[in-house]
Amino acid sequence: MSENEKEKIKALIYCVKSLCNRLPDKINLMEVCGTHTVAIHRAGIKQLLCQKTRLISGPGCPVCVTPNDFVDKAIWYSFQPQTIVATFGDMFKVPGSYSSLAEAQAQGGKVHLVYSPLEAVELAKNNPDKKIVFLGIGFETTAPAVAYSILSARKANLHNFMVLSGHKTVPEALEKIAAHPLLNLDGFILPGHVSCIIGRKPYEFLSGVQHLPGVISGFEPVDILESLCMLYKQIVEGRCQIETQYRRAVPENGNRAALAIMQEVFLPKDSEWRGLGIIPKSGLALREKYSDWDAEVVYPSQIPKPRQHKGCICGAIIMGLKEPEECPLFGNLCHPEHPIGPCMVSSEGTCGTHFSYQIRGRLNESSVSA
Amino acid sequence: MKVQSAPNLKTDSKAKELIKLAHGSGGLLSRELIEKVIKPKFGNRILDRLEDAAVLFLSENLLAFSTDSYVVRPIFFPGGNIGKLAVCGTINDLAVVGAQPLAISCGFILEEGFSFETLNKIIDSMQKMASQTGCQIVTGDTKVVEKGGADQIFINTTGIGVVRIKSSLSIEQIQVGDELIVTGTIGDHAASVFVARQNLPMTSSLESDCAPLFGLLQPLWSLGAKIRFMRDPTRGGVAATLNEIVRGRDFGVEITESLLPIKPEVRGICELMGFDPLHLANEGKAVIVVAPESTEIVLGLLKQHPLGSDACVIGKIVEEPKGLVYLKTTLSTKRIIDLPVGDLLPRIC
Repeated sequence: MSENEKEKIKALIYCVKSLCNRLPDKINLMEVCGTHTVAIHRAGIKQLLCQKTRLISGPGCPVCVTPNDFVDKAIWYSFQPQTIVATFGDMFKVPGSYSSLAEAQAQGGKVHLVYSPLEAVELAKNNPDKKIVFLGIGFETTAPAVAYSILSARKANLHNFMVLSGHKTVPEALEKIAAHPLLNLDGFILPGHVSCIIGRKPYEFLSGVQHLPGVISGFEPVDILESLCMLYKQIVEGRCQIETQYRRAVPENGNRAALAIMQEVFLPKDSEWRGLGIIPKSGLALREKYSDWDAEVVYPSQIPKPRQHKGCICGAIIMGLKEPEECPLFGNLCHPEHPIGPCMVSSEGTCGTHFSYQIRGRLNESSVSA
Repeated sequence: MKVQSAPNLKTDSKAKELIKLAHGSGGLLSRELIEKVIKPKFGNRILDRLEDAAVLFLSENLLAFSTDSYVVRPIFFPGGNIGKLAVCGTINDLAVVGAQPLAISCGFILEEGFSFETLNKIIDSMQKMASQTGCQIVTGDTKVVEKGGADQIFINTTGIGVVRIKSSLSIEQIQVGDELIVTGTIGDHAASVFVARQNLPMTSSLESDCAPLFGLLQPLWSLGAKIRFMRDPTRGGVAATLNEIVRGRDFGVEITESLLPIKPEVRGICELMGFDPLHLANEGKAVIVVAPESTEIVLGLLKQHPLGSDACVIGKIVEEPKGLVYLKTTLSTKRIIDLPVGDLLPRIC
């Protein structure tokens, strides 16, 4: 680290601490994005905050907000003859109502892990006798790439590739969270990657309608510190705006090419979020002209009624209403090797992060504090 | 990305160049495999006798004895292959306990249809690593399983070494205040194998650090008890090694984030994939616990060797918190470093 960077960190820590002391009252801030949750824990940022600030992890882990019936459908496909489920690795261990894709694979289900949706298109090309069902999971960050894969399949006249879309959009969920009476939020650290695609403007309703400030943040520790300073400053000064700290990556109006391709392929639909229920227009369905690549249309699944895990409070944790430590299963029956809820599976899930960086380490702050 | 894979095995004209089940039968073809492929490369006075067991003369020495099996995928990756990895792995396991590797055994499990050309390349690099370290491959075994019964090639190596260090290297010797040295950049092996996995749309100039450590570590042995403990941080990475050091002990480990030697490519892959470089496997690095008064001399000795040019101190043994490893972040906050959860990258070695 250069001397310059060291100085910047020192100045930001000073800024965070002094602004924190000037806060009029206790405040609740939500970091929406799972990558931020991990970064905050990895850098130990909570150790720098005063007692007045509570940082709450939001619903920004795509795997965590995916409801059980989506996983159940994926498992159903994996057991169908001549069918392969292609998915990003983070869905692999997520438990559905009855089991996970990992368990399905061990029992003979066909699951193929990919790092990009285009790999699933290749898989379809190389296996013309198989149907490839790609699990479209993720926010605005991932949806354009999946849209592109559908366009590629259409161009190649490839009809054994299809997408089960579980895509969700962030601003609609924030609308629900911002208005939640029990959460009592005072501001948001807004997601950096999602904002690279959608830009700053779609969040303006937060400041305009909900009167909550927000800062779009990068992912380095200095980015998060700077974003906290910007948020504190707004609160101390009584301002309420959507600001961008992550200016090096987030264009004001988003990534036009990515937005265009997303709009070409998808249209908004009502979507169920674990913990948040059904949120109007918060999901992305394939438009009718692309229905040949829509698994729900060309290859509908038949699954039993989904069920929830007894005792699992992932829903309340995703909402920010409860901390993982308040769950009776946390670290006890539910841990990363044997996850019961999705928040423990994903490396960016709130429970997984809390487990890895706090409980597992049994960090005794007093014994190691500087 | 250059990833070498086994040549197309399907053409009949090339069938002669492929491993058949009979090559593991103990019959004529087995004999041919040993005489034509293995003996010419590994050949030495002990192996050439082709007896049921190698007979070694070791006089009254303290011996080190270690075994490991290798199932890495892909079998060729930037900076190495499964054979190089197998011999280096066993040499390193011996070297970190202060032993000079003398004799290595080699067991191959081959999948029917594996090509001789590829086998030859693998055997060549095994021999190269062994002779570089001054040890011999003295006994071995080859089994062939039907197509699909194994993934191309699995290798087991076992090694015997003579302990040359005068003191005993052990976690018991570690004291509060001792310093932790790592002999070079961390995570290179796992990151390069990860990139080499065929289905990853990514290119990188990164190479595995796979290398025999005997030459690097041998000069340290003259320091005796000042060297407390050494380990090569393979699966589970530096984090696993440090946790093994502190587990159930009366001391802890503090490492400093800004001191960790990590290549930008490895850092990038970790950011992209959500890995922690401390959890990534290394195949040519050692973690050394050293008495603080000897740190400078150890670093000096390490840096004289090409494999040790990036050697540096990454932390120290502390009194509290007992039994834990923690990292001082760039923000001067603290984070516990634990063992990785589950299998980060299956078949990494």
